[in-house]
Amino acid sequence: MSDHGGLHPAQPFPEAAREQVVRAQLRANLRKVTHTIREKRANVVGELPQWEQLRTLGAATKDASLANLSDRLLQLEQSVKARGGHVHWARDAQEAREIVARIAAAHGARELIKVKSITSDEIELNRALEERGIHAIETDLAELIVQLSHDRPSHILVPAIHRNRAEIQALFNAELPGEGELPDDPAALAAAARRYLRHKFLTTKMAVSGANFAIAETGTVCVVESEGNGRMCVTLPEVLVSIMGIEKVLETWEDISVFMELLPRSSTAERMNPYNSFWSGVTPGDGPQEFHLVLLDNGRTNVLADDFGRQTLRCIRCSACLNVCPVYERAGGHAYGSVYPGPIGAILTPQLLGMHDKNANTLPGASSLCGACYDVCPVKINIPQVLIYLRSEANLQKGLTAEALAMKGMKFVMSEGWRFEGALELARVGQGPLVHGDAITSLPGPLAGWTQVRDLKPFPKEGFRDWWRNRPAPVDAAPPAIVQKAEEGPVPPQKKEGGQFDAEPPREDTL
Amino acid sequence: MHIDLFLTCVNDALFPATGQATVRLLERLGHRVNFNPAQTCCGQMHLNTGYREDALHLIRKFVRDFRDSEVVVTPSGSCAAMVRELYPEAAQWAGDDELLRDVEALAPRVFELSELLVNKLGVTDVGAYYPHRVTYHPTCHAMRALRVGDAPLQLLRNVRGMTLVELEGANECCGFGGTFAVKNPDVSAAMLTDKARHIMNTGAEACTAGDNSCLLHIGGGLHRLRSGTRTVHLAEILASTEEEVFA
Amino acid sequence: MTAEPFPSTAEAKLELLTRINRAIAGAEQQPLPPYPVSAPLSREAVLHQFEDRILDYKAAFTRVLAGEIVGAVAAALGGARRVIVPPGLAAAWLPAGLDMLRDDPPLSHADLDRAEAVVTGCAVAVSETGTIILDHGPDQGRRALSLIPDLHVCLVRGDQVVQTVRQAVDTVAASVRAGRPLTWLSGGSATSDIELVRVEGVHGPRHLHVIVVE
Repeated sequence: MSDHGGLHPAQPFPEAAREQVVRAQLRANLRKVTHTIREKRANVVGELPQWEQLRTLGAATKDASLANLSDRLLQLEQSVKARGGHVHWARDAQEAREIVARIAAAHGARELIKVKSITSDEIELNRALEERGIHAIETDLAELIVQLSHDRPSHILVPAIHRNRAEIQALFNAELPGEGELPDDPAALAAAARRYLRHKFLTTKMAVSGANFAIAETGTVCVVESEGNGRMCVTLPEVLVSIMGIEKVLETWEDISVFMELLPRSSTAERMNPYNSFWSGVTPGDGPQEFHLVLLDNGRTNVLADDFGRQTLRCIRCSACLNVCPVYERAGGHAYGSVYPGPIGAILTPQLLGMHDKNANTLPGASSLCGACYDVCPVKINIPQVLIYLRSEANLQKGLTAEALAMKGMKFVMSEGWRFEGALELARVGQGPLVHGDAITSLPGPLAGWTQVRDLKPFPKEGFRDWWRNRPAPVDAAPPAIVQKAEEGPVPPQKKEGGQFDAEPPREDTL
Repeated sequence: MHIDLFLTCVNDALFPATGQATVRLLERLGHRVNFNPAQTCCGQMHLNTGYREDALHLIRKFVRDFRDSEVVVTPSGSCAAMVRELYPEAAQWAGDDELLRDVEALAPRVFELSELLVNKLGVTDVGAYYPHRVTYHPTCHAMRALRVGDAPLQLLRNVRGMTLVELEGANECCGFGGTFAVKNPDVSAAMLTDKARHIMNTGAEACTAGDNSCLLHIGGGLHRLRSGTRTVHLAEILASTEEEVFA
Repeated sequence: MTAEPFPSTAEAKLELLTRINRAIAGAEQQPLPPYPVSAPLSREAVLHQFEDRILDYKAAFTRVLAGEIVGAVAAALGGARRVIVPPGLAAAWLPAGLDMLRDDPPLSHADLDRAEAVVTGCAVAVSETGTIILDHGPDQGRRALSLIPDLHVCLVRGDQVVQTVRQAVDTVAASVRAGRPLTWLSGGSATSDIELVRVEGVHGPRHLHVIVVE
């Protein structure tokens, strides 16, 4: 399929980000959304004193399932079949698309309804179906917005977050039959989507969904959602196909509990999202009487094979890492060029594609390594460490670049203290032509990025080592100079609501 | 206490005053400071940029240079975090069990300056005097990797003569990220702009932090903007007294 | 379906399992840590917490004694007359004068769409999250019944309200193992897809009224 959809970024991240950071509307939308969810999440997570233990249990539960993945999948297959469902195994996107298309063709379906599924976006299902004359209708409001505007999702939870209400108003007025005078009120726009989709839900014979979790023991598949479009899709049609990455499987029914605590609070920042649907194969007299489960690899076994990268497969797609990421907040989801944006995308996409993908392998660099993503990850994926690990994996694919040579040079200089000191002496002299006034304002070559918006402090005339060598010997065992105990010290600072110095005692206007 | 100073390569190259301040401060508190001139760099830049083998060379060197130290202090949250958080990982990535044992033995003795003072030495008032309006930027690695918490703030609140003003969005990264600032200059600049705006909104004369790499970045932006706000390392504030104000 | 009309994916399955087994060779499995639980609340506190959470979702909440059920259901139904009633729901709980739709024989989607409301029981409810779990037993009916009408009146016995998600998962374990589907409801349907403004009521029932009966 295309190089632009699915997983493959069309550009290296720095180039894509350059185009996005200057878009004022995008920046405003992203700032508002990420900060709002961030605060709400902190509130609902703060309600559970056992949150850290829940995270640890969530991580361990996923790890245990991954460590026995082949057994779990075989058990899942057996359970689903025992309940009247069908199970298909797909090595790659093409196989998965083929399976869904054949099921649709077997039923003569010209149209099907879909629950939001990033896995289906990953395999570019809609386009493949369209090529065979089958129209897939997205029923999640944001996915519908994305689909009607021929756009791409930019966030895992809220895929149309880069669009504001005025844009959506214009889109619905143009694209939804029978509308045309809609106001820009989100409630009115959501009501228009309801009117448009209602008939589709009641009459369409086939649906496609993803899966948030699947239980090997019972053959139960779970879809987590908010609008009710998921319930409609998994309940009303005659045929249901669910596509799931192989890493979504859990062992026992009871394993689901910790994720039902972790996922909503991390994702929508609610205590629980409005609707969760669970079904096991086919239920006689209730819901679709034909059910297919497609188990998708598409690179996941490559991730699984790496001892350090494997933790990436714990991901439950909550998007908490996107909402706290300062890079995502400025660059937006499209800059990542993959259906998996943000910090998790920066480690998942290149691992799924392989580190030789020259655009995807710039993604591990799309982070200042601030660590906010790891703090909020409900399954404790140490994203910063995996990013660092993958940067080396990517460089191993690139061979000896100019950057690699520069790094080797630096390593040589830093291999001995005296050599480093000598290099600093040279730099002090050599920087002369670059220094203007008290700063270096323009650097050459690959370092020019620094002086694009920043000055650089020049090397000082006297280094620390000179000072250390020339200073008089310190007086031995000087008495401690503390003359005042803390409680007698200055007035302690004041707490401001939600401020930097939370949990500190009150004070006047200074700290 | 005998304390070994790990200056860091950034301070060695660009910020000698931070090293001097750290030495004077610890000596004023009655400690003996040693500087091993063989030291260079913790290897963070190499590891974080994706040069694992080069980094391992520097990691092994760091372990050799400091293996006999009772306590190592460094005026950098990110270098301390490198040793404590990433050295064990790097050793595992290399499959080097001996190095892993060595770094696990050394890591608990390596402290960032504020955590050494507050958590290890139990000092929150170092008798400092600094007659300026100052805002504080908590650096990411000190905050999230080392979990220094409010140790730097406890120290700053006890500085006489100083007005400490709250920084909006303090916990957000300034956009430095080592070579990230050079390799992703546009996103880094966008992050820096927000940080600089918040700093300028405080009306502070100076922005302080426990890490000169972040301050190099923030200070470079503030200088380019001709903001009139400068950057100063936490150590320089804490080392200042009524007799001698640094920086 | 009578026969498997799709080509066997045996080859893909074999290769996939081989890849997985190669990938996880040597992976060690750690024992799971214990499940962390919340400090237990009193019965009354649990019910109060449940009410608080339901109201927080902007759903309606009523708490009544057993003798007051009929009045509470009538009030919750408001003007709705065409009401779906699952086969196992006690007729004695419903007010007189309703145009009751029984799902026997099964109602068509169009029939369901013409109903104004549905009244169901539930399997268990969670106070900590304000969640009601349906296991689609006789007093709840098949999934479509509580999905299509615009108003869902849900009767919850006081003793069905547990405090934690974990307790609820245990409560419905037997239903899941028996192959029954579950629907978890936490307030009415909602979306925040446009500028993160929460809009209550999209495709699922736009109105949820919870009646706790003691």
